[in-house]
Amino acid sequence: MTRHILNASRISAGYGDTVILDGLDLDLLPGRITVIVGANACGKSTLLRVMSRLLKPRAGQVLLDGTSIHRIPSRRLAQVLGLLPQSPIAPEGITVADLVSRGRYPHQGLLSRWSARDDEAVAAALEVTHTFDLADRPVDELSGGQRQRVWIAMALAQETGLLLLDEPTTFLDINHQIEVLDLLTDLNRTRGTTIMMVLHDLNLAARYADHLVAMAGGRIHAAGPPEAILTEANIRAVFGLESRVITDPTSGRPIMLPIGRHRMI
Amino acid sequence: MLSVSAITTARKTRSQARRRVIALLLVLLAAGFALTLMLGQSFTPPGTVFRVLTGEDIPGASFTIGRLRLPRAVLAVLAGASFGMGGVAFQTMLRNPLASPDIIGISSGASAAAVFAIVVLGLNGPVVSIFAVIAGLGVALLIYALSWRNGVAGARLILVGIGVSAMLNSFVAYVLSGASAWNLQEAMRWLTGSVNGAQPAQSVPVLAALILFGGVLFSRARDLEALRLGDDTAAALGTPVARTRITIVIAAVGLIAVATAVAGPIAFVAFLSGPIAARIIRNNGSLLLPAALVGALLVLLGDYAGQFLLPRRYPVGIVTGALGAPFLITLIVRANRAGGTP
Ligand SMILES: Nc1ncnc2c1ncn2[C@@H]1O[C@H](COP(=O)(O)OP(=O)(O)OP(=O)(O)O)[C@@H](O)[C@H]1O
Ligand SMILES: [Mg+2]
Repeated sequence: MTRHILNASRISAGYGDTVILDGLDLDLLPGRITVIVGANACGKSTLLRVMSRLLKPRAGQVLLDGTSIHRIPSRRLAQVLGLLPQSPIAPEGITVADLVSRGRYPHQGLLSRWSARDDEAVAAALEVTHTFDLADRPVDELSGGQRQRVWIAMALAQETGLLLLDEPTTFLDINHQIEVLDLLTDLNRTRGTTIMMVLHDLNLAARYADHLVAMAGGRIHAAGPPEAILTEANIRAVFGLESRVITDPTSGRPIMLPIGRHRMI
Repeated sequence: MLSVSAITTARKTRSQARRRVIALLLVLLAAGFALTLMLGQSFTPPGTVFRVLTGEDIPGASFTIGRLRLPRAVLAVLAGASFGMGGVAFQTMLRNPLASPDIIGISSGASAAAVFAIVVLGLNGPVVSIFAVIAGLGVALLIYALSWRNGVAGARLILVGIGVSAMLNSFVAYVLSGASAWNLQEAMRWLTGSVNGAQPAQSVPVLAALILFGGVLFSRARDLEALRLGDDTAAALGTPVARTRITIVIAAVGLIAVATAVAGPIAFVAFLSGPIAARIIRNNGSLLLPAALVGALLVLLGDYAGQFLLPRRYPVGIVTGALGAPFLITLIVRANRAGGTP
């Protein structure tokens, strides 16, 4: 898969009169996993929306391989850049297979018929997300975690070189969280998919990120390799939380242990 | 791989099921059409109907069928298809069955414009259709602007639309009350819709609109399906959301308004066809064609029932109105239970 370069420069964006992002720069490392962390309402989803053209920035621009994404035709962009929004809507009664199949839309022209290639992509997406057995079930009857995996399957069926995911692990139990993150890592390793995602769990973020971005108040507070970013000082600055950071004996990555006001020995 | 063939098989089964349902609807429509040509005050045998249709001049039958039943049935089918397709386009785009053009005032707008053009300005023919289309678009724009507050929420748009619709309906009643020469039949046409006394020429603009605007909607069918996943996901799948929206509004309003300018706002056909089609086609692809067929059937059969199955004659809009009202109430009650957002 060809590697695509997506970067945002001098982005300012917001809703109505409120400015959320203010002069933000971000380069996604091609073929790497970038994870965004930050407090609620700091603008993570807004950044993802700007990077995927859902929201037009007031100033600055987002470039895909050097071209402003606002100048790329919608379908062409969707063949390259996939997005899983934070709270997607499933139409009433739609089945899992039907929903996942829609990930193929950008690869099918107005008249071009459904191809064997499309079936393969759908089957593969259902397999890797362990949703094959759910294929005939209506999406609105699934558990939150099953539903989340189905949405990820749809994004995978789209087979894009760039994949942006907004909190793909919410609603998942710990095992499925790890499974989804492992799956995205597999995708990254085997196909070279460039991934950008928002995660709330700092330890998982530090474990799975090649590039960790900490946001605060609509700006990037710090960005770099997890070892350099997940520090007690940064956690204090970004979340206002005291913590201890130690090294995970399994992954060698930093992990943080929050310090609250109670339960101390 | 086994799993790929399972996906392929499942997909083929689904598209076969869809084709079967559409074929069934087509057969029903053809049968209904044939029956309404044969049945009436008097029975005309199929052979005679066929001979009239192929151009033979048969005293009596040529008049009843060629002048009365055929134009009426044709208009019923075309108007019904227009309402069905225009209605389901709105309902799908706004992801809400209550957001149908006959509930949110677009039909009333077209109707008000047609009445105004005919009664006050003394116009007739295609000019009336143009008036109706412009008014329909105007109402669409108006309710959109009135319900705008940091974006448009479906529930607010529907409430505003119901209000606008009520205002326009009283305007229609007001204009009609001033037109003393008009009889009750005519008044009913503009208040609830009717295909009574249809002239062959009246079907022409409706057919043209169905070909033009229906074609536009069909070309957007896939984008319309994508919009059901929400604007963000639709955009992520390559749908030009804003452009699709505008195209669909114009085409759907065009369908509704031209049909309304001829047959009046046949009550609840736009509102009912989509949900009925959804029930029978079961989440299996675009609802545009199934809803058009259901709409055509509703108007055709509703008109027949209004003429011959009820104790006295009613225009088709009364029949479809009686069918639609309980469904509207059910939806509103359900929306209330779900917490006020229909
Ligand atoms: N559609 C919208 N209209 C108006 N304001 C919005 C909209 N979406 C987000 N906001 C505001 O923008 C700010 C940033 O929101 P954003 O969704 O980017 O936060 P986030 O970092 O993703 O938070 P979370 O961790 O809770 O998902 C918030 O104050 C939010 O209220
Ligand atoms: Mg968010």
